[in-house]
Amino acid sequence: MSNVNTKSLSVSRIKDSLTNFSFVLPAVLIFSIFYIYPFFDIFNLSLKEWNGISSHKIFIGLANFKELMQDKIWWTSMKNACFITLIALTFQNALALALALACDRKMRLEKFYRVVFFIPPVLSEIVVGFIWRWILNSGVQDGQHIGLLNFWLDKIGLHHMVHNWLSDPKTALACIAVVHSWKGFGWGFIMLLAGLQTIDKQLYEAAKVDGAGGWKTFTNVTVPMMIPVILVVVILTILGSMQVFVLVLSMVGQGLVYHTEVPVTRILSAMTGTNRFGYACAMGVNFGLILICVSFAFKVISDKMKQA
Amino acid sequence: MNVNKYQVTSFFNSTIIHIFLMTVAVTCLFPLFWMLRCALMTNQTVFTDKSLIPHVIQLGNFLQAWKEGDFGMFFLNSVIYTTSVVIGIVLVSSLAAFAFSRLNFPGKNFFFYMFVAAMMIPLPGSFVPLYRLMTMLGLINTRIGYILCMINVGLSMSILLLKTFFDKMPADLEDAARIDGCGRLGIWWHVALPLARPAIAVIVIFNSLSVWNEYILAALLLNDTSLMPLQRGLMVFEGTHSVDYPLLMAGLTIAAVPIVSIYLLMQRHIIKGLSSGAIVG
Repeated sequence: MSNVNTKSLSVSRIKDSLTNFSFVLPAVLIFSIFYIYPFFDIFNLSLKEWNGISSHKIFIGLANFKELMQDKIWWTSMKNACFITLIALTFQNALALALALACDRKMRLEKFYRVVFFIPPVLSEIVVGFIWRWILNSGVQDGQHIGLLNFWLDKIGLHHMVHNWLSDPKTALACIAVVHSWKGFGWGFIMLLAGLQTIDKQLYEAAKVDGAGGWKTFTNVTVPMMIPVILVVVILTILGSMQVFVLVLSMVGQGLVYHTEVPVTRILSAMTGTNRFGYACAMGVNFGLILICVSFAFKVISDKMKQA
Repeated sequence: MNVNKYQVTSFFNSTIIHIFLMTVAVTCLFPLFWMLRCALMTNQTVFTDKSLIPHVIQLGNFLQAWKEGDFGMFFLNSVIYTTSVVIGIVLVSSLAAFAFSRLNFPGKNFFFYMFVAAMMIPLPGSFVPLYRLMTMLGLINTRIGYILCMINVGLSMSILLLKTFFDKMPADLEDAARIDGCGRLGIWWHVALPLARPAIAVIVIFNSLSVWNEYILAALLLNDTSLMPLQRGLMVFEGTHSVDYPLLMAGLTIAAVPIVSIYLLMQRHIIKGLSSGAIVG
């Protein structure tokens, strides 16, 4: 009797588990097909030479990676992405922090500023890229500059500053980096402001009582309290800026020269330009590992800082 | 008048702060204003007239872009993709998050951490194997293929967000619903989902933004012009009409206005969502 009971109990338990599992089934299915399978396939393909169409794939071991190590354009693109990231880390995040500090008080228009600073992040990279490309246009018609920036520079007498902003290798990348920062600083601003607002106001009072001035309060109270948020912003900035590419496509297109190439545009042109799918995957794996190492390093640093 | 030194310096400081903030605010808004301004001009005046308010204003570009530039079709496609992906994400992720939070089954933690891990691992170039997969499945150049891919993109974050929300849901409510005869699915639909409304709002907004603005998968997976969303359509349009700036600017406006308006309507949720994300993260 008791035997039958436990048996039916365990059957009902299995049934129960199955019903419960059916709740996660759609998510697990979609995730396995569209994330996990490509995740393993990218490693698989990176070891092969494949043109994307033929059923014939040649296993070539690590040859793609060997080639990649000597691929000068690949490492140039990496350097370019690092440059954009560096500008984003310094210029963009300093701006975000300055704005957050300025907004962290009761004042008029606070809400207006908050809403406006987050408009560029809401726009797509295509829209942003095309608008700025138009403003930075270096064309001339009837003796007049087409692009607004050159027009204004000319108007206020800075003729020597008039420039082929996006076709000169020296300035194209810098323009992309600045526009990228313009588009991105709103994220940092909102997160840093939220962080600032969680700081207990009594700490500021205490610092004031102790006779600390503005700068001392900033370095001794604000910065230490903000380190966790700052680290999150820094890491998101790095991951976002290293992988930027739609902005590059919309601002300069996939040019014939390589001065604005970034890793993802290289992956894209290996795939769609030269039909080397295996090589494109090797690039992806290589780049992904670098990004994981960087974020892991920051994780370690942030844990150390939290302990201290 | 007894204005002391403190008040003077604080007035001075706050003016400087406002000038700084206002400058940045203008820098944020000006390019958008310029886009709109140029969309109202003709092909002849756009190159020469650089005044802030153009001398001749005409609305015809929007109509022309909508009809001849195919932006009406691109717009409709974007609306279809955005709504179906967002609805898909909310349903699939809330079911999963509900189970992860409230139900028991073997391998629960394994599956949950699988989703969490996916968020931590950057996978640049994953579009290459994804393209191959979609070709094998015959889903290339189909609406459903693109929609499923985009649902997958938003899944992990939504599951994580909703799970933390469901974890805080009081057990009493669940028990009360069970006594009223609700099954698991009933509790999910009648209790969990309505309670999670704030979290769902955040998910809806952020995923709408990301689907509306998505470019690369749309570029790789959709070849037919009739299937393309706005961002992809803009790129195609720019390739063929690269000198017709007023029309391009009208197209950009069509792509930007809906998302900016949704943002302005829902900005409270966005700021709340980001803020809580920053503190949790």
